[in-house]
Amino acid sequence: MAKKFKTRLKVKLKDGIVNVKAIVSHPMLTGLTKDKEGNKIPEHFIEEVIVTANDKVVMTANWGPAVSKDPYISFDYAGQSGDVVKLAWTDNKDNQGEAEKKVK
Amino acid sequence: MKRRTFLKNTLMVTATGAAVSASLIPSVALAAEEKANPFKATTLEEALKAAGIDAHEESEEVTVKAPDLAENAAVVPVEIKSSLEGISEIRVFIANNPTPHAASFVLGESSEALVKCRFKMGKSSDVIGVVKVGDKYFSSKKAVKVTKGGCGG
Repeated sequence: MAKKFKTRLKVKLKDGIVNVKAIVSHPMLTGLTKDKEGNKIPEHFIEEVIVTANDKVVMTANWGPAVSKDPYISFDYAGQSGDVVKLAWTDNKDNQGEAEKKVK
Repeated sequence: MKRRTFLKNTLMVTATGAAVSASLIPSVALAAEEKANPFKATTLEEALKAAGIDAHEESEEVTVKAPDLAENAAVVPVEIKSSLEGISEIRVFIANNPTPHAASFVLGESSEALVKCRFKMGKSSDVIGVVKVGDKYFSSKKAVKVTKGGCGG
């Protein structure tokens, strides 16, 4: 794929709780919009996001096309300094992306 | 004679048993397939059913945080939070969207019951957050008004 999807990940530790924030630049097309000629633009959206910390799944998100363009996600989990947080996503056209960050 | 009827009966039983299990398997598989895709459901009730939610209770311990007035319907920030314990799943439904089931989040053991995400909304609607605790579902909703002009009027 020539198109590039940028995945950004941020992790922050505070009082034993790690906050994970991520943004993926992705069009998230619903399949309901139309182009200038009135043709429907096919749907194209991220279906699954898996976040792991030290290879243990902390969150799996299943998304539909209702999630906004350039999706943002934020959640907390109980973790510690040195955890390796990894985020991987797959969309309905089998594009994949991932990002990795170490908790400071 | 007895032996013969006995054999006959057992044969019958196994035959019907096999038939029953054979007919059961595809129906189970079908049900699983239907359940797997609540994203395709077009009404809220169907979406809830497809997600396996037969009944849900409104609870004060679940909070849905969203703006009263969404200035940009394409980006509506939603936060779902709960003080209940043992939450395994959080689902977000937007009642008036073409496909109401917006997202589901499956939480790991160490995760907190707090998720923030942004959603698109077709028109003014209730945003419903459903959390799963054990086999029970608790929910909360918040009405979000969508304006077209973007001036917050």
